[in-house]
Amino acid sequence: MALDPSFIGRSYPPTEPYELGREKIREFAIAVGDLNPAYLDREAAKALGHPDVIAPPTFPFVLSYQAAAQVVEDPELGLDFSRVVHGDQKFSYRRPLRAGDRLRVEITIDNIKSLAGNDVLTVRGELVEESGERVVTSVMTLVARAADEQAGE
Amino acid sequence: MAVSFDEVEVGTALPAQSFPVTRATLVRYAGASGDFNPIHWNEKFALEVGLPDVIAHGMFTMAEAIRVVTDWTGDPGAVVEYGVRFTRPVVVPNDEAGAVVEVSGKVAKLLDGRRVQVDLLATSEGQKVLGMSRAVVQLA
Repeated sequence: MALDPSFIGRSYPPTEPYELGREKIREFAIAVGDLNPAYLDREAAKALGHPDVIAPPTFPFVLSYQAAAQVVEDPELGLDFSRVVHGDQKFSYRRPLRAGDRLRVEITIDNIKSLAGNDVLTVRGELVEESGERVVTSVMTLVARAADEQAGE
Repeated sequence: MAVSFDEVEVGTALPAQSFPVTRATLVRYAGASGDFNPIHWNEKFALEVGLPDVIAHGMFTMAEAIRVVTDWTGDPGAVVEYGVRFTRPVVVPNDEAGAVVEVSGKVAKLLDGRRVQVDLLATSEGQKVLGMSRAVVQLA
């Protein structure tokens, strides 16, 4: 069943603030095997001009993915998550996320289209610091496969 | 050492790197990222949904690919934009060797404001795993 295109442009309420800590950044950096000192060592980050350790470029997805649950689980939209794969991912950074940030995510459905029987859903997450500063935009495309196709990522 | 815009031209190659990924890597990434989809750690589940085996998180592969850029610039904060398309899964067998993701990159465009576009190529087992993989990077 095709998704309802009238959901294009729909926004969801901002999430509760996520407080980004140094140890979470360290955990994530180690998990991706990336020991860049800018992620682990405050002095090294400062030497590069950052006020504190920064998060790796793909870290914002942790927040935007969590926040996108609002779309995925929206009963009115009726997305069948068992058929969903991640098609594209794009980030734009005004600056890197850093320890001490308190971030809310504002989710908007940017587009819904049908491509070869699959539903293609573009979900944008704006990561906004509590001060109001818009820090990172995370745009993900989710593809809900037609029922008889194979899975992939 | 920061890379200067004056040192690069279209076609400048970034140092290529290989990134190993085993089942243990995926379990650790699942925990750190909060993405516990069983296709990334449960072989039985992966087979049931039509996959050849457990596959890596697309976001894990995306995290590895950008390291070719961040290790080149030194400052990961120099990445202004980064996008990929997940074209093919990285299949991770249940053995000590796991899989390997090979990543290379080159400067594709010189942009205003001493920025460049870097195009990345990520492959595993000789097959391209990311498409349209590109970053905009602020150079010194």
